[in-house]
Amino acid sequence: MATETTKSIFWQGVRDGAPFILVIVPFSTLFGVVATEAGLSVFETLTMSVLVIAGAAQFTAVELLRNDVPTLIALVSALAVNLRMAMYSASLTPYLGKATLGQRAWAAYFLVDQTYACSVLKYEQNPDWSIGQRLTYFFAVAVPICPLWYLFTVIGALIGNSIPESFALDFAIPITFLALIAPMLRTRAHLAAAFVSVVAALLLNGVVYNLGLLVAGILGMMAGAQVELIDSRRAEQEGGA
Amino acid sequence: MIDPVALWTVIILLGVGSFALRFVFLGLIGDRPLPPWVLRHLRYTAVAVLPGLVAPLVIWPEATGGALDAPRMAAAVVTLGAGLLTRNVLLSICLGAATLYGGLYLLG
Repeated sequence: MATETTKSIFWQGVRDGAPFILVIVPFSTLFGVVATEAGLSVFETLTMSVLVIAGAAQFTAVELLRNDVPTLIALVSALAVNLRMAMYSASLTPYLGKATLGQRAWAAYFLVDQTYACSVLKYEQNPDWSIGQRLTYFFAVAVPICPLWYLFTVIGALIGNSIPESFALDFAIPITFLALIAPMLRTRAHLAAAFVSVVAALLLNGVVYNLGLLVAGILGMMAGAQVELIDSRRAEQEGGA
Repeated sequence: MIDPVALWTVIILLGVGSFALRFVFLGLIGDRPLPPWVLRHLRYTAVAVLPGLVAPLVIWPEATGGALDAPRMAAAVVTLGAGLLTRNVLLSICLGAATLYGGLYLLG
């Protein structure tokens, strides 16, 4: 019976991950195209997708490297985009903290937006799941997602080599980022973070080594955190009154 | 052209660093809770870094040598607006690209 349950949980995970194929396939293809346009080989592009598996950070790194930004700045900026992964990691720890070290290491590797979002929802709904069932579900969500991420990076890289310059691909990165940012602007705090970041980045544009972006990022985070604090205090007061 | 040494440094260290960020709490810290102020700042990292990265690219596009460009600006506005209204990333990218190519065709 236990194996049957685990089996059904596996397919539940695959089903929950499957709709993201519609996002993953075009997004990884686009990364492949943009990376080869920037001068990366197919092998370099694939290696980046396999080692990093995080679209926004990969786009950030390629964009900055293409503009001859110092290596350290490109690296730190791309890592800053991935800081949310640390938050995911912290949030899953109560559910997966008791797995073996090897299992946790693999879970960490496959911790992406989609596996996190599906898992944290299911773990809350099913508090009685065993650690094995939780891991089964987590890895099952990754099954339809991560292999396609690698595969379509390669396909995009192969396509990218044959797209002519007149296609205005310089603007693929801004459009992709804007489309990613818009749904994140859920609260006043998110809006404040984005607004401060934009203003600071424009004012500090041209500051040596692209340090302006890092300063803008830090100021944006502080703005978001501060507005969240103010809004939650206000909500408390209204709730208590 | 991207310098190969810089590229491979970033590929490898970004891979290692991204794994470290994913592993840090799950693998090392275990069940100990994080201070709330740290979590509060982490929540806004993506939304604080990405707009700062994009804004100069939209205002001063490099394809036009940094001159404000109507098709690119329109594409940016449409993408952002579509994203806010529909919350659909793919649809927004498609509408933005359509605006860009439409604009380049009409004005180019």
